[in-house]
Amino acid sequence: MSLTVESLKEIIEDRIETTLVQVEDMSGGCGQAFAVIIVSPLFKGKNKLMRHRLVNSSLKEEIASIHAFTQKGFTPEEWEAQGGK
Amino acid sequence: MFRTTINPILRVSRPATSILPRRFISTEIKEALDGAVNSSPVVLFMKGTPEFPQCGFSRATIQILGQQGVDPSKFAAYNVLEDPELRDGIKEYSQWPTIPQLYVNKEFVGGCDIVTSMAKSGELAELLEANDCLVPVEEPQDSSANVKPAQRS
Repeated sequence: MSLTVESLKEIIEDRIETTLVQVEDMSGGCGQAFAVIIVSPLFKGKNKLMRHRLVNSSLKEEIASIHAFTQKGFTPEEWEAQGGK
Repeated sequence: MFRTTINPILRVSRPATSILPRRFISTEIKEALDGAVNSSPVVLFMKGTPEFPQCGFSRATIQILGQQGVDPSKFAAYNVLEDPELRDGIKEYSQWPTIPQLYVNKEFVGGCDIVTSMAKSGELAELLEANDCLVPVEEPQDSSANVKPAQRS
């Protein structure tokens, strides 16, 4: 089961309460490296490490199956404050 | 930047007939990893060596540590590519799925994304400073002021 931008986005939206998910394929198409931006109210009051752990534990199998995974997590408020691009 | 770093090789003997599932790390490996994490104030588990990182994320992280001015004598790097047990074990140990992984004074700090954003915000400098991990700033030579700062605990 190889991941695509679409399937990974769906998986994240299914498993985490989010207001926005952006997935970028950094691998050039082989499905081995993704960069994601996740905006979720669940991140409120959590530091970076806790946010990453939340995402990592929700995507355990997926992350283990790929070579590179990079993530940024924002709360909806932070996302808006930084211009929400 | 970093001189040829201490590159301890993590060697743990495993019973040949181990039937333990791969995902649960054995006590031996856990102890070896405890030792590795304790081996220096700043410990990085990476792919490749500080001189020859073998992954862009490990390279970025080692560069950041250099830019921050981490004292080489307070730094140790472990190459997970040298040892599959280390590579799998550290992921389980830290409950963190990716390499590199940074520890400061036995505390897990994070991976490349976290280290990068902490470097940008200044948090990383604060953390390293608070744990006395940076190269001492050159002070103007004044013999009367040549007092060693108290050791931080």
